[in-house]
Amino acid sequence: MTGSTDLTRLTAAETASAVAAGEVSAAEVAAAHLDRIAAVDDRVHAFLHVDAEGALAAAKAVDAARSSGEQLSPLAGVPLALKDVLTQKGIPTTCGSRILEGWRPPYDATVTARLKDAGVVILGKTNMDEFAMGSSTEHSAYGATHNPWDLDRIPGGSGGGSAAAIAAFEAPLAIGTDTGGSIRQPAAVTGTVGVKPTYGAVSRFGLVALASSLDQAGPCARTVLDAALLHSVIAGHDPLDSTSLDQPVPDVVGAARRADVKGLRIGVVKELGGEGYQAGVRQRFDEAVALLADLGAEVVEVSAPHFPYALAAYYLILPSECSSNLAKFDGIRFGLRVGEDDGDPSVEQVMARTRAAGFGPEATRRIMLGTYALSAGYYDAYYGSAQKVRTLIQRDFAAAFEQADVLISPTAPTTAFKLGEKLDDPLAMYLNDVATIPANLAGIPGMSLPIGLAPEDGLPVGLQIMAPAMADDRLYNAGAALEGALLDRWGHPILEEAPAL
Amino acid sequence: MSTDTTEKVLPYDDVVASFDPVLGLEVHVELGTATKMFCGCPTTFGAAPNTQVCPTCLGLPGSLPVVNKVGVESAIRIGLALNCSIAEWCRFARKNYFYPDMPKNFQTSQYDEPIAYDGYLDVDVETDEGVKTFRIGIERAHMEEDTGKTTHQGGATGRIHGADYSLVDYNRAGIPLIEIVTKPIEGTGKYAPEVARAYVTALRELLRGLGVSDVKMEQGSLRCDANVSLRRTPSDTFGTRTETKNVNSLRSIERAVRYEMTRQAAVLEDGGSITQETRHWHEDTGITTSGRSKEEAEDYRYFPEPDLVPIAPSREWVEELRTSLPENPAVRRARLQQVWGISDLDMQTVLNAGALDVVEDTVAAGADQAAARKWWLGELARVANERGVELADLPITPAQVAGVEALVSEGTLNDKLARQVIEGVLAGEGEPDAVVASRGLAVVSDDGPLLAAIDEALAAQPDVADKIRGGKVQAAGAIVGAVMKATRGQADAGRVRALLLERLGVSE
Amino acid sequence: MPDTPSITREDVAHLARLARIDLPPESLDHYAEQLGVILGSVAQVAEVAAEDVPATSHPMPLVNVFREDVVRPCLTNEEALSGAPSVESERFRVPRILDEE
Repeated sequence: MTGSTDLTRLTAAETASAVAAGEVSAAEVAAAHLDRIAAVDDRVHAFLHVDAEGALAAAKAVDAARSSGEQLSPLAGVPLALKDVLTQKGIPTTCGSRILEGWRPPYDATVTARLKDAGVVILGKTNMDEFAMGSSTEHSAYGATHNPWDLDRIPGGSGGGSAAAIAAFEAPLAIGTDTGGSIRQPAAVTGTVGVKPTYGAVSRFGLVALASSLDQAGPCARTVLDAALLHSVIAGHDPLDSTSLDQPVPDVVGAARRADVKGLRIGVVKELGGEGYQAGVRQRFDEAVALLADLGAEVVEVSAPHFPYALAAYYLILPSECSSNLAKFDGIRFGLRVGEDDGDPSVEQVMARTRAAGFGPEATRRIMLGTYALSAGYYDAYYGSAQKVRTLIQRDFAAAFEQADVLISPTAPTTAFKLGEKLDDPLAMYLNDVATIPANLAGIPGMSLPIGLAPEDGLPVGLQIMAPAMADDRLYNAGAALEGALLDRWGHPILEEAPAL
Repeated sequence: MSTDTTEKVLPYDDVVASFDPVLGLEVHVELGTATKMFCGCPTTFGAAPNTQVCPTCLGLPGSLPVVNKVGVESAIRIGLALNCSIAEWCRFARKNYFYPDMPKNFQTSQYDEPIAYDGYLDVDVETDEGVKTFRIGIERAHMEEDTGKTTHQGGATGRIHGADYSLVDYNRAGIPLIEIVTKPIEGTGKYAPEVARAYVTALRELLRGLGVSDVKMEQGSLRCDANVSLRRTPSDTFGTRTETKNVNSLRSIERAVRYEMTRQAAVLEDGGSITQETRHWHEDTGITTSGRSKEEAEDYRYFPEPDLVPIAPSREWVEELRTSLPENPAVRRARLQQVWGISDLDMQTVLNAGALDVVEDTVAAGADQAAARKWWLGELARVANERGVELADLPITPAQVAGVEALVSEGTLNDKLARQVIEGVLAGEGEPDAVVASRGLAVVSDDGPLLAAIDEALAAQPDVADKIRGGKVQAAGAIVGAVMKATRGQADAGRVRALLLERLGVSE
Repeated sequence: MPDTPSITREDVAHLARLARIDLPPESLDHYAEQLGVILGSVAQVAEVAAEDVPATSHPMPLVNVFREDVVRPCLTNEEALSGAPSVESERFRVPRILDEE
């Protein structure tokens, strides 16, 4: 590869084959991305920690393996940005929270270990809303990430750092985690691709839990094929996670290459659209539906009558689980401890002071909400009812998947909004996830991919595809088909329309 | 905490004349699995602090639990041995409360879906009318995890109160526990304390027989909390109960229940009312004291553990585990009593001493049942009592006891020498043969030295010699005694007597 | 459906105690208002949570996931204590404990 090629503009698939062919060294690729980060990240703020030394060492190990004739794995030498909610041994892991400032985990998450084994080069840790609670990264204790399309706007959340890193060409791949849309909604507002796999497809071991029954790590990329390549590296059974599925990973890479929706039944979910959705979002969505029909898909409308209750159920289940998951952050075994020198405090006081100082307002709100919902006397009305709604949502999906092979909707009701616009209005913020939450409640996989720019603001719009559990390959097949048709129509990838940083 | 260390008590006879006690017993058993309940860390007792820990049992961010299969099997086997139903489907739940020895600030436990429920255990207690069987209802047996251990530093006593700070070791955190809870135990009347003790004794025997735990109360692998309440008559509703914690020996269980009955009765007789509270048992003074009163009722905010999937034991699995159960203890007791041919009272003595296993093993190693009982209930019981340990924990095995007894029956040792050999084994001097050799304890069986000693004794006591020759055979004892003394006990007294009479030409 | 809950300052203080967060007194009213609004909105789950609908706690219907009782490597003492704010004698050091268990 010649020196004039901007290595940061390549897809992951292109980078991997160039490294495997010896056209470029993994070390050069890593260095190019580290340079890009150094050049733009003061404005984007996608990264909380950049591990230049570790990244170059990992890249050099890939180069050494190649020169000694070893067979490289399909993503060897490709740089990646890791969401700061996954542990990486010896590397700071903060979850965007003050309470974990300076903590260096003594172990690797299973996802991290699989990436390392595959020769993926981890550049650093990306910014996020504190403990993944939010849709804008404004709830990060370390300052918001800025959307590369417009630095005054949010990059989505909670995984805004991972999405922005990809959109800003700081990395071709990133890992996100999705509890209610934290991979898909940032993908939608940054013009990138993000996939939440089937619950249990990717190990949660080493993923700092927000809501255990909803959390799922997944790939972020600029193309559907790149996402599929990353998906196949991180997915698979893990005996360290009891909820990990002991089943073969669907052939997502093959599906992304097939990219054929002829005869595929595509269901448009009636309840996820219309009122409350921005006009430009609706317009681009309708055009995409028409395009899919042109490609030979059979488009039907399906109804999911309980989806209007999904947001309420989610905001009971998530806070309940999170109030318990976040109890361990008490200043005893790791992380922040404050207030020890003020008077002669007891351990109880020190714990309470530490948690007050360490958690931001959104984490505090959700912990107290969950504490309330699980309390004796309120459990049945709140947490218990929410779990029943979860059953109803699952039944809605089961019925819908009898009529359609995949379901589609806009990923988010709006394009990227201005930083600060919804910061102290929790309910308005929560509405960003209204279309993505049902998939988390049911455990099914979902993808967001870019379908154009909203005419009124010129900002990216995302389309969500959902499939039945363990049929993740359907997302990649349909997504790649739509992506290919849009690319033909536009003549170039959507990110080329983003302003230069 | 204890503002009232000298509370009034009522004499026990008065208590049982005026009140009907109701008990509830909660026993926590630490399983003897190789690894913890939810991670692969070892469970070895006494390891260096915080060396048997991993991200999971330390509650580090990102860690996850995975259930130990043997822990579940043990829970099911315990449930079956207690005649419980085994749940077809159950879940773990999180019990949320903050405490520094609990790494996650919630305990992974079971709440409204225990793995085993609704069983019973029959226990025998000696009453004025002979041995009576009480059926103790089992409410539930469920799985949970242990906490870490806290050491309190500074202050006067090493106790929690007055300490300057504390140190936490999480080696114990996550070790599997089974909590076994009885239904309210009614109808025991004045025998309530004995029934409580007999229940824990029988439970311990059952658990040991299952091989699921080492059930060492002094090491905390079996812990008991006793709920006690009183009412005027059995037809009344239950009175307010107290829960006494830290009752960690069989004797203490009996004493603590008795003490709580006398204390509560005194309060009630004075027109007072019982406060529902936790109380602490003090082994040294034999009393309970009030725990710190809670300002607010506990609200544990239980909910199903989302990091663990439900457990649905197939009926095939349960039946397979049932076939692996050892003989029912009651059946086993009856069988051994018949084989040994001993009375109810003798059997009860063995049971009360907790000697059934060791006696059985000693017999199995070749000893006569009477001899085995004699050693374990006599000399060895005395030593165990002195040392404050269980018979099974003495540094002598049933095989060694049987070995000593074999030396007695073949004539190598007499009783007195055998006691010295036992003493040597207990002192760590090796196997019985080695002790005999090193201490030079064998009976003198060569007639030569014995005859010489007899002649010497006869010469020293010519008047006694004459009496024996004159037919007063009972006078032989004095000469035999002198010979035994001269040979420092290493002669066989029977042989000495026979040789003496032969020497003097006298017959019995 | 439960009555639209009204959350008082005292309720917030109680929740903060349960959740062990030392909230500044001046923040209690603000949290009370926000929690009240959120709870008022999420309470609608009770509208469709009929008696005969089973509850779902886990998204995938897995059961009986076990681990063999085999020892795995532990952290070293040094690794275990590496993130601790205060350490003494190979243990985690904590201020004096007020509550009994």
